[in-house]
Amino acid sequence: MITVLALVGNPNCGKTTMFNNLTGSDQYVGNWPGVTVAKKGGMLLNHPDCEVVDLPGIYSLSPYTLEEVVTRDFLVYEHPSVIINIVDASNLERNLYLTTQLLELEIPVVLALNMMDVVEANGDEIDIERLSRELKCMVVPIAAINGYGLGELINVALAVAKEKSTNQGLPIFSDTEEISVRGIERLLPDRESTQLKRWLAIKIFERDNKVIEQIKISNNLLERMNALRRRCEVAEDDDAESIVINARYRYITNTLRSCIKKKLKTGELSASDKIDSIVTNRLLAFPIFFFIMWAVYYIAIQTLGSMSVNGMEKIFGTFSDYLTQLMELGGVSLTIQSLVVNGVVGGVGAVLGFVPQITILFVFLSFLEDCGYMSRAAFIMDRAFRQFGLSGKSFIPMLVGTGCSVPGIMATMTIENEKDRRLTIMLTPFIPCSAKMPVFVLFAASLFPDKSWVGPSMYFWGIIMVVVSGIILKRTAPFAGETAPFVMEMPAYHMPGLKTVLKHTWEQVKSFILKAGTIVFAASVLVWFLQSFNTSLDLVSPTESMLANIGQFLAPVFVPQGFGNWQAAFAALTGFLAKEAIVSTFAILAGSGGDAGSKADLVLKLQSMFTPASAYAFMIFTLLAAPCCAAVGAIRSEMGSWKWTFFAVGYQTGVAYILAAIIYQVGSIIQ
Amino acid sequence: MRTLREIAVGQTVTVVKIEVTGAMKRRIMDMGITKGTDIFVRKIAPLGDPIELKVRDYELFLRKEDAEKILVE
Repeated sequence: MITVLALVGNPNCGKTTMFNNLTGSDQYVGNWPGVTVAKKGGMLLNHPDCEVVDLPGIYSLSPYTLEEVVTRDFLVYEHPSVIINIVDASNLERNLYLTTQLLELEIPVVLALNMMDVVEANGDEIDIERLSRELKCMVVPIAAINGYGLGELINVALAVAKEKSTNQGLPIFSDTEEISVRGIERLLPDRESTQLKRWLAIKIFERDNKVIEQIKISNNLLERMNALRRRCEVAEDDDAESIVINARYRYITNTLRSCIKKKLKTGELSASDKIDSIVTNRLLAFPIFFFIMWAVYYIAIQTLGSMSVNGMEKIFGTFSDYLTQLMELGGVSLTIQSLVVNGVVGGVGAVLGFVPQITILFVFLSFLEDCGYMSRAAFIMDRAFRQFGLSGKSFIPMLVGTGCSVPGIMATMTIENEKDRRLTIMLTPFIPCSAKMPVFVLFAASLFPDKSWVGPSMYFWGIIMVVVSGIILKRTAPFAGETAPFVMEMPAYHMPGLKTVLKHTWEQVKSFILKAGTIVFAASVLVWFLQSFNTSLDLVSPTESMLANIGQFLAPVFVPQGFGNWQAAFAALTGFLAKEAIVSTFAILAGSGGDAGSKADLVLKLQSMFTPASAYAFMIFTLLAAPCCAAVGAIRSEMGSWKWTFFAVGYQTGVAYILAAIIYQVGSIIQ
Repeated sequence: MRTLREIAVGQTVTVVKIEVTGAMKRRIMDMGITKGTDIFVRKIAPLGDPIELKVRDYELFLRKEDAEKILVE
């Protein structure tokens, strides 16, 4: 039988670092069934019969957030062999709040006191033996960052799992409270075990409707339970939910008084406070914020990023030439040659060419997230975002969206309020992603060679449309209502471990290759096919191909935008498959016989097809219209419904169509 | 009795009552802001909102409109 170790703890407690240290390279990442919360697991190193499951970082087991419900359901219904509860020892009070809830479940718990190095550096002392005695569970001090204590922790956890000794709930309640809870416990049917009955009784006492619905007890019994609850509520002049929370914290405060010796605070600021006195300073916060964003952009997109993209292009170019020579020697037919070079190698190149840039971007973003800066960014940006109905947490998806909308949309997971989440998912694709960049660069260079503002102005339009859409949509029925509850922890700054950053980056890059890669590849082959053949499947030049037919059919739709010709119409369509494919489509159109033309041909071609006004309209349309199908896939998975997905894509395309038309009409007059 | 919103930066107050309901109340209390807890008001964000607090030895921030519903003394 497989032993399952469940890792449970608050966000920022070092859980991910620990998970990476405990498992090997066989980790899997997926979603919990039916919801978008990430599910991670892997086999325990050197223990092929033990599985480690990394549960979402949570503060409590309340029934209100998706992460908490997922964790609770897993613990109660899947019944792991042992819970390893990781707590930040430098922040015990709040971390143990979750522990008091875990100890009420029917699963053995081992407490892993993480960040003992920080505690020692602070000069505090924790009496571990005493804490273990008070909580009636095993306590192991560790430092996940350098692996200290992990061997001991695993030994203890496996021993506890073998014994199957469950914990007793802690005596958190006062006498009055205990009478009511025990009363409810006695009314519960006998089919449940003693331990589960206690847990159920507390849940019923605190009006946890999810549990009350599930246990299906008669109305008569429920009435008697309500009476017991009411008696306690009247006695304490508070609601039952608050009574339980108060009881837990009261118990923790009392227990810790005897277990922890804090070094007397002399009012000096911690290192984290000192950093914050500059980073979130009234005057310096925004300059620093914009400097960091600029630095990330400059390195990941402009310099190192574009160098890596060019490098990959060269590699694939050389490879294509080599392959062509090889196939000519082997006497391979021209059709097959074209399929291999333009279709397959071109398609793989389009996917992989993007990977180094994405990797660099994610290394930066993982670092900012792990070191604690992202929550500061939310802190200083919240007010600005709230003006148009979003929260400071919407900032993170949009920043990630500058790299790629797919992970940007996936990052909306951290937004609790569903309306805000949907709105953020809808608006994130308006932020120009790095795949749209080549299109803007090409058009700016071809039609606006001496106007350096044209490229960057796309950011301006993206942000304007996010703001305007936010203000307008927030007034419509599906999005109106209270703004999100916004309580966020500001974790102390810390230096992220290299392994954690790289693992995180790899997960993101992998999901990009899998989710976006297959679609980009399929699209490239499809484009090759459509532009190489006519409807009777003869090999023809692009101007006589199926691509031309579809473009001609669509062209009239784009007359108001000034690009009502079949080439532009078809390029816009390939943009739905992948934004950067627009560039290669034009390159193929500028060339002859299906081969991509030279850069100079391409510029001439665009100058003959577009006026400055229609070019700018085309850029706007590319910026705002439905994102690439990989991003649409991400929207579908985060929205959890096709109806919302179509609404989002329809809205984006509608906005793009209207704004591009206005830009062209106004632009033509000015011109 | 005043609301948390009115407290100046650098002052420490004690929670008397939380006048929020539902999920938001649970969330605030889960984070350790319970009756009788000491709260130190550390900072106000550069744009004037939200406010950064120190509670139970860690830092968190919440919006003024929510701070308004927390009564302190």
